[in-house]
Amino acid sequence: MELLRFITCGSVDDGKSTLIGRLLYESKLLYADHLAALEADSRRVGTRGGELDFALLVDGLAAEREQGITIDVAYRFFATEARRFIVADTPGHEQYTRNMVTGASTAEAAVILLDARKGVLSQTRRHARIVSLLGIRHVAVAVNKLDLLDYSQEAFDAVAAQFAEFAAELDFAEITCVPMSATEGVNVIGHSELTPWYDGPTLLQWLETVDAGSAQDGPSRFLVQWVNRPDSTFRGLSGRVLRGTLRQGDAVSTGGRTSTVDRIVTMDGDLAEAPAGSSVTVVLADDVDASRGDVLGAAADPPGVADSFQAHLVWLNENGLLPGRQYLAKIGARTVGFTATKALQLNEIGVDKVHFDAPVPFEGYRTNRDLGSFVVLDRLSNATVGAGMIDFALSPANVRWQTLTVDKQARIARNGHRPCVVWLTGLSGAGKSTIADLVEKALHAEGRHTFLLDGDNVRHGLNSDLGFTDADRVENIRRIAEVAALMVDAGLIVLVSFISPFRAERALARGLVGENEFCEVFVDTPLEVAEERDPKGLYRKARRGELANFTGIDSPYEPPEEPEIRLDTTTLSPEAAAAAVVARLRALGVC
Amino acid sequence: MTLALDTLGRLESEAIHIFREVAGEFDRPVILFSGGKDSTLLLHLAIKAFYPAPVPFPLLHVDTGHNFDEVIEFRDRVVAQHGLRLEVAKVQDWIDDGRLEERPDGTRNPLQTVPLLDSITQHKFDAVFGGGRRDEERARAKERIFSLRTAFGQWDPKRQRPELWNLYNGRHRAGEHVRVFPLSNWTELDVWNYIEREGIELPDIYYSHEREVFLRDGMWLAEGPWGKAREGETLQRKVVRYRTVGDGSCTGAVESDAADIHAVIAEVAASRLTERGATRADDRLSEAAMEDRKREGYF
Ligand SMILES: Nc1nc2c(ncn2[C@@H]2O[C@H](COP(=O)(O)OP(=O)(O)OP(=O)(O)O)[C@@H](O)[C@H]2O)c(=O)[nH]1
Ligand SMILES: [Mg+2]
Repeated sequence: MELLRFITCGSVDDGKSTLIGRLLYESKLLYADHLAALEADSRRVGTRGGELDFALLVDGLAAEREQGITIDVAYRFFATEARRFIVADTPGHEQYTRNMVTGASTAEAAVILLDARKGVLSQTRRHARIVSLLGIRHVAVAVNKLDLLDYSQEAFDAVAAQFAEFAAELDFAEITCVPMSATEGVNVIGHSELTPWYDGPTLLQWLETVDAGSAQDGPSRFLVQWVNRPDSTFRGLSGRVLRGTLRQGDAVSTGGRTSTVDRIVTMDGDLAEAPAGSSVTVVLADDVDASRGDVLGAAADPPGVADSFQAHLVWLNENGLLPGRQYLAKIGARTVGFTATKALQLNEIGVDKVHFDAPVPFEGYRTNRDLGSFVVLDRLSNATVGAGMIDFALSPANVRWQTLTVDKQARIARNGHRPCVVWLTGLSGAGKSTIADLVEKALHAEGRHTFLLDGDNVRHGLNSDLGFTDADRVENIRRIAEVAALMVDAGLIVLVSFISPFRAERALARGLVGENEFCEVFVDTPLEVAEERDPKGLYRKARRGELANFTGIDSPYEPPEEPEIRLDTTTLSPEAAAAAVVARLRALGVC
Repeated sequence: MTLALDTLGRLESEAIHIFREVAGEFDRPVILFSGGKDSTLLLHLAIKAFYPAPVPFPLLHVDTGHNFDEVIEFRDRVVAQHGLRLEVAKVQDWIDDGRLEERPDGTRNPLQTVPLLDSITQHKFDAVFGGGRRDEERARAKERIFSLRTAFGQWDPKRQRPELWNLYNGRHRAGEHVRVFPLSNWTELDVWNYIEREGIELPDIYYSHEREVFLRDGMWLAEGPWGKAREGETLQRKVVRYRTVGDGSCTGAVESDAADIHAVIAEVAASRLTERGATRADDRLSEAAMEDRKREGYF
């Protein structure tokens, strides 16, 4: 039987969970033990004065039942004569929008609820936009709680018109408005006498007939997830057909190399063809070097490969997207470095230029959901912080890396020492510049090639356009990190003396140079001590409110978790601290 | 003409996709395997996912000691047949050395959490496959396919990661692990239909047979290492089968004459009770029983 995956969404308390509960109940799809539990729960924590509170059927977490709201998406299963359904009941609360996005990403149709008394609210708009953005083209608008308006046709028409006007800017193929009362079961399964003026489909009729076919036709795409090599005689590529039909004998290409599908292997025997969605193992005729994350595409029409895109982004984390910050993106079966150029706050949707640190096979999201979608991950917390949909590639990777003859190795040989970034981080007034200066003096005296990048000095030139917002701080450090990496290429020991408050940017700087070319020095001075010293009078100014975004006062400092060196300046003199750094660099083999 | 996958084909492909993602991204995955129908199905799908290569993960059974002999015999046979490695964490060992205490009611299902988490820590497992399905229970209906657990094995239902499309985020810190549920989108009926389609062998107790049982809390329980009928509970010979298999002290049999897979499918399709509602005393304990146990780190 055909399967339809749909979601319910809309603003908080519009009746989504109640509607799904009612649908399960009315269609006699409730198991007796679930019904018994519902009766007990309704008496205990229901919002309906002891009568059946259908929302409790889907609001499965203790916190949800206590607060009478949905927090996370619930997946429920039911079937009628006509179809099978998986419904994702999503939360209306703005705070939990990310969970609504989770439910919507795998849905083929959406039921958007409205409270007839309130009409289209800002959260309704947000949900409708997300539904459209994710490529769901078929929506039913359930105009709910009509029982509270005497099933007024005028009220229904007004709300339906309001939605239609707003939705004109969205990308829906079809909008069906249904007058409803979830609590009374009106127009859920059969037509109700209470709305004699309505002759459209009931909600279930709509669900049973809506055209859900997500087109996955077109040239074939096969995502390689795992190289299957039980022994030297067999080398297969295990993965999934994401689009089109893969056939034995097909010419396919990946990364510019072409081959032929020799076998399509499954445990049930070889297949002549595998339709979109199939998980199979492909054996190629030639020994093409393909591995996890590669995509085999029809040779006549392979997918594009690029690293810069215009994409729609939905931000899903309390910590907003910072332009220039290094994140990770998972696309297909590949995880790559990711940066965006515009700031986004929690639950915000935006269009942006994004950059991956390696070229990836892709298709536009409208063409192929599987190769056009990606999630953004935080490098440190590992959280899923954003979701993206590719519109198109910006520049096909046409800026090539130039290979040069005099390279780092040549410089090491000439200089007689290895290059390295010595990155001093700590609060303002911690003593970073003083210590860095002493370290450089010592290294210079020993004939090492050094350079000192100092925060204040660089802000006069290269970074004179940047202020002290979080976004500017990220960009400030990104530029310094790049400059430091260039200097390492030039063979220098680079002393960097910057507050550099965020772990993510320090991690970025570390990532730009080689394994043993980064030495993080935490100049550890407690806030009280730095404030007490206050060599430049900045803390006093900040305390008086004359300096905004001052680290330690109204802007955070994230101390390093595992620095190569930690200097406790409350017990070490600057000279002793500098000597400790030099000693450590020696131990690391830098000088 | 393009043929399309049917529903079981879709579910199978999705599960295989998930197994391969884990193989691609984790260092030390493990499959929870008890010999019950969901874990047998899980193993079957894992074998298909990596064919012709062997399954690249070991199996782990958290053994309550309250087993049905048929199930343990079946478990060991399957493991041997496929040349797999099975770790067994025996609840009894934890009781013997005092890390756990027997409960007054004798039920050991809730006692599985500690041995499970200890084994995960000991073997440094970073991905743990479970056979959980969203249709089983309303707290499970809320869970992600990749579900992050803290270093203490705990689940925080209010802070689940967004999980979009088929893009699973398996990143975690050292000590944390991810529970992976490839059967999330299957229903009980799907499981049985698939078992039929694939001809998957199950322990006999899933099919009707005669057994001495007694009635407790509305459930037909059998005698075993977990205890005997108490006073006032009389043993009767009945034709029964099991819909789920767990700790014998709280897994009830249902009266059924469904002796083969076709009859079982017909019975499940017509049933007015979920398999847990019908057969698991422990899920009836409290209204948030499953959520509470999941938070602590239970399967
Ligand atoms: N009178 C009336 N009340 C309704 C109707 N539908 C829902 N309600 C009530 O509205 C309140 C909220 O219902 P829910 O189903 O929890 O709303 P929801 O949209 O799922 O809310 P969130 O998931 O938290 O966004 C409950 O008290 C319901 O009983 C309706 O058709 N008529
Ligand atoms: Mg709700």
